[in-house]
Amino acid sequence: MNEFASQHPILVVALPKIVVLLLVLLTSLAYLTWFERKVVAHIQSRWGPYRVGPHGLLQPLADGVKFLFKEDVTPAGADKFVYFLAPFLSLSLAITSIAVIPFGPKEFTVFGQPTPLAITNLNIGLLVLFAITSMGVYGVALAGWSSNSKYPLLGGLRSSAQMISYELALTMSVVGVILMAGTFNLSEIVMSQQGFHWGFLPRWNLIGGPMPQLLGFLLFFTAAVAETNRAPFDLAEAESELVAGFHTEYASFKFAMFFMAEYSSMITVSCLATILFFGGWLSPFPQTAAFAWAHYIPAAAFALAGLALIFYGIRYLTMFGRVVLPVLGVVLGALALLFIRPGVTEFVQGPFWFLLKVVFFLFVYVWVRGTLPRLRYDQLMGFGWKLLLPLSILNVVITSLAIVLTQR
Amino acid sequence: MTGNDLQSYAPLLLHLTLAMALSGVLVLLSSLVGWRRPSTTKSQPYECGITPTGDAREPFSVKFYLVAMVFILFDVEAIFLYPWAYIFRELRWFGFVEMILYIGILLVGYFYLWKKGALDWNRPAVRRDRAS
Amino acid sequence: MLDQIVFYFFAVLAVISAVMVVTRRNVVQSAIFLITALLATAGIFLQLHAEFLFIVQVILYAGGIMVLFVFVIMLVSLDVSLNQVQFNRQWWLGLLLALVLGAQLTIAVAVGRAGLPLGEPAPAKMLEPSTQLVGRVLFSEYVLPFEIASILLLVAMIGAVVMAKKKI
Repeated sequence: MNEFASQHPILVVALPKIVVLLLVLLTSLAYLTWFERKVVAHIQSRWGPYRVGPHGLLQPLADGVKFLFKEDVTPAGADKFVYFLAPFLSLSLAITSIAVIPFGPKEFTVFGQPTPLAITNLNIGLLVLFAITSMGVYGVALAGWSSNSKYPLLGGLRSSAQMISYELALTMSVVGVILMAGTFNLSEIVMSQQGFHWGFLPRWNLIGGPMPQLLGFLLFFTAAVAETNRAPFDLAEAESELVAGFHTEYASFKFAMFFMAEYSSMITVSCLATILFFGGWLSPFPQTAAFAWAHYIPAAAFALAGLALIFYGIRYLTMFGRVVLPVLGVVLGALALLFIRPGVTEFVQGPFWFLLKVVFFLFVYVWVRGTLPRLRYDQLMGFGWKLLLPLSILNVVITSLAIVLTQR
Repeated sequence: MTGNDLQSYAPLLLHLTLAMALSGVLVLLSSLVGWRRPSTTKSQPYECGITPTGDAREPFSVKFYLVAMVFILFDVEAIFLYPWAYIFRELRWFGFVEMILYIGILLVGYFYLWKKGALDWNRPAVRRDRAS
Repeated sequence: MLDQIVFYFFAVLAVISAVMVVTRRNVVQSAIFLITALLATAGIFLQLHAEFLFIVQVILYAGGIMVLFVFVIMLVSLDVSLNQVQFNRQWWLGLLLALVLGAQLTIAVAVGRAGLPLGEPAPAKMLEPSTQLVGRVLFSEYVLPFEIASILLLVAMIGAVVMAKKKI
């Protein structure tokens, strides 16, 4: 075994990275549900989860335990094999797609092996990501079919037709970015966005290059929201007509798995939007002496958040909250202290800006859900085929024309 | 670690394996941990409380097939766009003209679909000719 | 060593799923095993350093064409397909022919290996940027076939509409 390990160091290094990433991902999935419920609640002037833990912070945990201990009902006449396969497929594909995402520029060492801040850095990372996404449609279609019930079948059909339609616009909207970067490697795409207009405006793909990809980004994000079956494109889950769509007949943790898959795809798509259009881990501030203070933004942000938590927490309603919130604040403060240490400051720059942008996109996701009404199915399909698809082709043509014209 | 190495796919495979193991464990747990008291009524397909009638798998609109077919065709186009975009800076005007021709021919088909109403969902898939 | 393990894993997976496709009574399960077989083939492509072909296989075959298959199968009432005769009376002849073909191929490869121009796999360390190579060849040497492919797609689009028209 030792010989094997020394021959294939990449696997030895990858294993702890994968375990850590999966744990972090699952935790963030759980707290993304909390985040969504809180934000939507505040949009609608409600409080959202409040009872389980201070500000409902333990709600995801309670939900998980509850899902696990619920009765697992299998509908009569369901195709058992396919019925069990569908949630399995959905979740495993959704949490695999994050493996190609690079979170920062720095290489770090695990067991003496330098390794990038990603599970793996593939030459065709973007294509692999799309390949994994394209398989996601089966989870939905098979779940709908195997339940042997009318609502799931209709919901599954609708969702899968919607997913393949918007997958087209999604794959074509990023061609503009590939044209500008000339690579499928996600790290290289980020590196191609370095530099600043007039010394302060970052040359991210959104506003930089021969042809700003503003149109490309709007197409990408719209298609991505539809691809992940989120509001306002969540036709499959239109409660008023289809009960819950493809997962109507699912109970217990299998039901939760579809949600985990959905939230996981949300995170992956937000990461992808950040990488392709918003400069990935690049800081929005130039790396010049005048902007040296920008290096301390992560530490300052954590310190402020920590202080706020401590001062708010000690006056919280419940005893439990008066303990937990300040402790969380102290942890954040300690992290802030860690971040101003010389080596660490440089290291956290990339991941900090990356995660900040990702959280912003996740917020937009929830914001859109809290704001926009649901579309009708014919409008939805018409929107995808008659507007997004031609626009993304137009984007390809314009971008390539701009590149040819500016090329010497 | 340039990504030029076939070995860089190994972590991806490992990740996939772990993800599958995790999902498998979750599926198993959900059927092992929760209690079970099955009854005929409980395992009926949900139809808003009414006794289910008929077969769940009924024929549905031909639109769905049409969408899947057109999807494959445009997917082929998108796949061709990728290597083209990848080496576009080498191809320059030649590549541009090439792709304009390619996209142009496909757009003819696209407008044919549009005219025939294949992209409309609130009407029959294909309008019958007015004469007939 | 790892290379061989990976190859045999994908090869065995492909063969087993192919057998399952034929022997399953349930059509949807057959389709699932067909997807598995296609994916396993994609894995072998990747191992042969054909990255782009691997992606095309996954996105187009497993993620595109099979969706259409699944759509078509999903409306078939299971009871109908379960009651149908799965194999007709000539199944043994088909099996025989398949075995003969397999034996022929095995012998051909075993005997004529020296004469067969089997491509040498690239060295494991450096991977040629195959997407770039595919692009370069496709958009210079094979421009005409590429443009003709677009006409083929156009014909297919028109065909799809015409077929849908008949069904209504």
